Amino acid sequence: MSDQHNKEIDQITGVETTGHEWDGLKELNNPAPRWWVWVWVATVVWSVGYWVVYPAWPTAWPFFGSGSMEQTGSVTRTTTGATKGTFGWTQYEELEASQAEITARQAQYLDKFQATTSYDQISKDPELYAFAQAGGKALFKNNCAVCHGSGAEGSKGFPNLNDDDWLWGGTLADIEQTLRYGVRSGHDEARQSVMPSFGKDELLEKEEIEQVVDYVLALSSDTGADSNLPGAEIFANNCASCHGENGAGGRDFGAPNLTDAIWLYGGERADISNTVYFAHAGVMPFWEGKLDEDSIRQLTLYVHSLGGGEGEGAAVPEKVSMEVPAEVPAQAEEEPVVTDEEPVAEESSSEVSSEAATELDVDVPAEPSVEEGSNPEAVSDESADK
Amino acid sequence: MTTTTADVAPRYNDDVVRLFTVAAVFWGVVGFAAGLFIALQLAFPALNFEPYLNFGRLRPVHTSAVIFAFGGNALLGTSYYIVQRTCRTRLWSDGLALFTFWGYNFFIVIAALGYVLGVTQGKEYAEPEWYADLWLTVVWVAYLLVFMGTLIKRKEPHIYVANWFYLAFIITIAVLHIGNNVVIPVSFTDVKSYSAAAGVQSAMIQWWYGHNAVGFFLTAGFLGMMYYFVPKQADRPVYSYRLSILHFWSLIFLYIWAGPHHLHYTALPDWAQTLGMTFSIILWMPSWGGMINGMMTLSGAWDKLRTDPVLRFMIIAVAFYGMSTFEGPMMSIKAVNSLSHYTDWTVGHVHSGALGWVGFITFGALYYLVPKLWGRERLYSTKLVNLHLWVATIGIVLYICAMWVSGIMQGLMWKSYDSMGFLEYSFVETVKEMHVFYVIRAGGGFLYLVGALIMVYNFIKTIKGDVRRSEYPEMNLTQKGTEALA
Repeated sequence: MSDQHNKEIDQITGVETTGHEWDGLKELNNPAPRWWVWVWVATVVWSVGYWVVYPAWPTAWPFFGSGSMEQTGSVTRTTTGATKGTFGWTQYEELEASQAEITARQAQYLDKFQATTSYDQISKDPELYAFAQAGGKALFKNNCAVCHGSGAEGSKGFPNLNDDDWLWGGTLADIEQTLRYGVRSGHDEARQSVMPSFGKDELLEKEEIEQVVDYVLALSSDTGADSNLPGAEIFANNCASCHGENGAGGRDFGAPNLTDAIWLYGGERADISNTVYFAHAGVMPFWEGKLDEDSIRQLTLYVHSLGGGEGEGAAVPEKVSMEVPAEVPAQAEEEPVVTDEEPVAEESSSEVSSEAATELDVDVPAEPSVEEGSNPEAVSDESADK
Repeated sequence: MTTTTADVAPRYNDDVVRLFTVAAVFWGVVGFAAGLFIALQLAFPALNFEPYLNFGRLRPVHTSAVIFAFGGNALLGTSYYIVQRTCRTRLWSDGLALFTFWGYNFFIVIAALGYVLGVTQGKEYAEPEWYADLWLTVVWVAYLLVFMGTLIKRKEPHIYVANWFYLAFIITIAVLHIGNNVVIPVSFTDVKSYSAAAGVQSAMIQWWYGHNAVGFFLTAGFLGMMYYFVPKQADRPVYSYRLSILHFWSLIFLYIWAGPHHLHYTALPDWAQTLGMTFSIILWMPSWGGMINGMMTLSGAWDKLRTDPVLRFMIIAVAFYGMSTFEGPMMSIKAVNSLSHYTDWTVGHVHSGALGWVGFITFGALYYLVPKLWGRERLYSTKLVNLHLWVATIGIVLYICAMWVSGIMQGLMWKSYDSMGFLEYSFVETVKEMHVFYVIRAGGGFLYLVGALIMVYNFIKTIKGDVRRSEYPEMNLTQKGTEALA
């Protein structure tokens, strides 16, 4: 049995042991290292100081939730019964201060942005345009990228926003409207259309579906439409009312152009058969009320700038206008795109826009606003009213 | 298992220690493999197989397997081994000790099955539902009885420092476990329960539990392990008795306050955050007391590190312990925490402690124990221990460096605003940037698992009685064709 009397000197270090021994284990009687003690004391001193200047010790039971309501900045909170600290610091104030710093960065542009109601004027002001782009980019990544992809490249069922193939129109006004009210979103002003499920609802026989698919495949092939195909008549009777006689699409209904190589739900034969049989009705949520006005306008400019924004001939709210493409470097290729690259598509799109006013209500904001040149700020409301 | 020999009734109950040893090794491999798999799931989401094998369900399988199954079996086993030897008496109750083995491992199995089936309380490190918690409470009380009973009937006048730490671990874990699992089951035939506390109170109780699971399970318990195996392996006295007293009492007094640093900048009142932070800072030196005592025990025996990879495991463990217990207080500082919180940095911090400290001190203890428990003169191969050491060390370094870079990058990206006041990055962009670090982390985890498998091989050969003779030239002196090494 070990005990105090068994103290011995460790041969290697020359330090005395405590005289205890367990299973051959002994302990040296070294003091705690001095530096260790002093660093520890320093941490205690520092902590005591911290307790004086910051909220630290509870003074009332129950510790959580006791105390009174207090207004700190815009936040109402329950204060706890605790020492407040001589700095008067609270995490709520720290949060407000750091938010204010960020808000201040925006503020120097925001007033001017809000005052500049015309997209055209924004586009002409490099600083303001850069501000709108920066805001739109951030908004896009946090709200839109989930479906459209962080590069706006889209994926099956979610349109690519970088190209000039627009379902519902690619002018600033069109984009703003789609953003604001969504597509089949449940909003009263949402863009609406339903493609019939030709197979599921037995509107067409199976052979007829295959025939019309043949015809649709031919539409987008190099040879183009073949009126000798048996599907031609079926197409004319069932599809042309929305997709256009030439199959170039119809923006009143968000009906895709079938003559190009862009397929929202896949361009393989099986995909197209499937689409004709079951139909698709994708949904885009509405952002009005979820994003503020500034954000919607920033997003509109951003999406418009991605590569396919249209400005010519299409209805643009107010003074905004036709110069947009010319002014914005990113859209320099606008005009050629419209007229040359996809003659069929663009032809039809211009037709469509001219018809737009007489068609669905939701498309109205376009044309009238150009003609009226009314108060730009009211555009969105106006279009909603109509 | 029967080791009872005819001539002498065994002084100590090592049967149950052998069971715990085997279980610790087994669960270690399971836990490391699960960790590797979920690391790969984060890097390659296609590896999520719904619903049973998705990340959300496997993550608690990993954490419970490494902390409670691997770490827990190692702690129970070593505590039984140590308490008997340092008290010079057999376990208080063999039957109850055996019950703690089967009972504890049954708990682990029902807990893990629950996770995979989607049964969870949703509290980190306290995921098991009420029925498993009740069972664990029974097992834990039995454990306390066995340990306390053995201490009480000790034949030594003093209680060895390792046992202080084990006892603090057992008692505090009991209090924490019960405190954080006060729930109301939906019915006694339903696995689901609801927490008695709600809101910020519930969060505070959870992190009082969570942080002290680290403090008393992963720190105090393994310090107990260190205080026995380091002086044993080094064959040196513990450096400072006075330091051990000071840091033991300060550690257990201070740790219990530190939980609120997990809830900085939340609904938790400011004062509670302050206390959590300052006590974490004050905790720094008490934590380092254990590191100093472990390291300095090698005074006069540093040369042994050159030849003894088992001791090397233990000392690297103590070094990682020192690093983690510096990093922890630093991360508890609000300004640091506002960057590090919710990022991979936290994951890296936990793993430098878990892989480096808990894992390595356990490997060291296991390498010490296995030959002794199975009556072998030596391990099958010391070179394989060394190989395990380096493979695992490289794994840890890859892991924690990847998580430091990834975590700090993630935190900075989240906080980044451009000059016009807009967020610079979306969440998904931060995830994309982290991909490469997730792959590196998985590589680190793979190496760590490989190291553990090398250990398993070494143990199997050792237990079978094989010896890699080429490594032990002295064994060949009587033989022809000596392959003695220079």
